[in-house]
Amino acid sequence: MPKLLPLVEDAIKKPIWGCQMCGQCVLHSTGMVCPMTCPKTLRNGPCGGVRENGHCEVKPEMQCIWVKAYERKEKLPLPQSWRDHYNELRPPVDMRLKGTSSWLNLLTKRDQQKPAGWQAVIETPSADQGNKDVEA
Amino acid sequence: MSIVSEILENSNELLFTAEFPEFDSGGMEKIAKHVARIAPWFDAANSTDNTAAHAHASNLSVAIAMKMHGVEPILQIVCRDKNRLAIQADLMGASLHGIENVAMLTGDDVSAGDEPEARRVFDLDGPQAVAVAKVLTTGQYMSGRKINPAPNFYISAVENPAAPPFDYRIQRAIKKHHAGARYIQLQICYHQDRLESFCAGVAAQAPGFHIIPSVVMVKNEKALNFMNDKVPGIDIPPSVIAGVANSEDPSEAAFQLVLEQSKHALSLPGVRGLHIIDFRRDDSLERLMRELGRTPKNNLLAN
Repeated sequence: MPKLLPLVEDAIKKPIWGCQMCGQCVLHSTGMVCPMTCPKTLRNGPCGGVRENGHCEVKPEMQCIWVKAYERKEKLPLPQSWRDHYNELRPPVDMRLKGTSSWLNLLTKRDQQKPAGWQAVIETPSADQGNKDVEA
Repeated sequence: MSIVSEILENSNELLFTAEFPEFDSGGMEKIAKHVARIAPWFDAANSTDNTAAHAHASNLSVAIAMKMHGVEPILQIVCRDKNRLAIQADLMGASLHGIENVAMLTGDDVSAGDEPEARRVFDLDGPQAVAVAKVLTTGQYMSGRKINPAPNFYISAVENPAAPPFDYRIQRAIKKHHAGARYIQLQICYHQDRLESFCAGVAAQAPGFHIIPSVVMVKNEKALNFMNDKVPGIDIPPSVIAGVANSEDPSEAAFQLVLEQSKHALSLPGVRGLHIIDFRRDDSLERLMRELGRTPKNNLLAN
């Protein structure tokens, strides 16, 4: 099953979302637009190079995937909690998961593993001493 | 404690930063020439990291050279050319040399430069890079491996208030604040309404997050057209370009444009200073700074 699952996932998700099989899927939080189709593979929103018409700095013919995601998260009938995740700080991609099934990684919580330093400092708000002045 | 953090956190003074020119060759003599222009007027200067995706002398090497010459560097680190190991190495190398100001950026794509065939890295993105710098300041690498004593960084980020999706840019900036950035330098912006909305939003939602807008000094409309056509994320309204092009004295019109932009930016909520990129390299830098109420200081030239 672990060998078959990535093939099934790829066969379904690639034609629909252009899935790159990063193995740590965040589609639900990005308006069902895959951030790995960004030429810079950015996971935390659009870069500063977005063109005036909302298109990509690298591929002028393509709409910026983060502009598209920003529109789609509101247009699509998605749960509000998914929409709220749009702006979450996503950790760096774990390159070891490339080519594995994100479904399996979700079930086993393997996709929740983060580097120890990130987990301790970024995922733990109390450790964030510097930003107390920010209003929620 | 860096001069930049001292000004922003412990004073009501404005912070003025410069863009240190990208550096290829000419040795320390040439560094000294750049320093002589910058030092009297600025509190610190950005040491860029392969700016516009063109290879130059490395970000850290130029930052060290600036420091040797008495100018406080803001070390830029972009995600295009280095993976997370190399970025942490840059940061720790900066710490070794007493460099505390670090600006963490996503960076232009390789396609913006003169070697578009290069591999793009982007192992991290801008917000993640900010977070990585923050993690180091807690005395550990990303892996959790301890660093004792911990390095001291005063972390910044950048944002483009004039690129789509406009509404979201405020949230994206604040996201970087949550990740560890204490202030944010902005991309050059020729849409005053967008700059106003951005500053108002950030000032209302993240009051302690200092905003440093950028302006660029150019000599004529050719430079404006170049930025409009070639620099990713910069859009200049045709009326602004025409205003300079159709003037009897384009050089003076371009100066008045940057002066007006500077005064406007400094009037906005949350703004604590200005980042000035000088492509004119003539006596108008002094003129601009005096118009903005700055007086030259000589103490930075002690070395």
